Amino acid sequence: MQIQTKPYGLIDADERQVIRFPFGILGFENLKRYVLIDAKEQPFYWLQSLEVPEIAFILINPYLFRPDYSVEVDHADLEEINLERPEDALIFAIVTIPDNQARMTANLQGPIIVNRKDHIGRQSISTNSAWKTKHYILEELSSLGKVNAHTGA
Amino acid sequence: MLILARKVNESIIIGDQVEVSIIDIKGDQVKLGIKAPANVKVYRMEIYKAIQEENKAAVMAAPAKIPELEALKKLTAARDAQEKTDS
Repeated sequence: MQIQTKPYGLIDADERQVIRFPFGILGFENLKRYVLIDAKEQPFYWLQSLEVPEIAFILINPYLFRPDYSVEVDHADLEEINLERPEDALIFAIVTIPDNQARMTANLQGPIIVNRKDHIGRQSISTNSAWKTKHYILEELSSLGKVNAHTGA
Repeated sequence: MLILARKVNESIIIGDQVEVSIIDIKGDQVKLGIKAPANVKVYRMEIYKAIQEENKAAVMAAPAKIPELEALKKLTAARDAQEKTDS
């Protein structure tokens, strides 16, 4: 199928990349159909709205820069997207890229959870207040590097 | 907005499934107890709004071309190397 995307214009996509968001995404509750595509720039993804081409979110795997991240959300949130096994879950954080691009942040307080078996997704709100809406990706990455250098791990 | 005054241990019911009780009042802090079915989510307003705002900011800011930053390239390389050793 052909889809209109914000970053790449008209592209080909597979039906299997379509993800239903029955509850939408906070602030965009009326948009229920997205396509998950790899961004040209690793390690990012685009969550592209199929309904409004201008609406697309940049996503990143939060475990890449916070290996200690844990998804702590209401169990009902997982049931509502038919998530039965952790292996079926894909976890993403929405990335905000300001004008000073080195200050890009990821929202770990409101992770995007995708059931990759049934292609259903949602945004959940973490019950653990340690996770914030703005985690500075590059800062946290470099802390990671320092920790690893120190332990030699 | 409906405005009601309640004393400690008094409650209200919203619809027929959501109950809100005043558990305690200490100074300017009110402790609320909320009973709701699992599919009705309850959040602190400032957190809910913060996530909505962050989502909107993310959409507004999203540049068509995402910056390729050295640190991220190293990260991806490290992750790919890890996947090779894992498999």
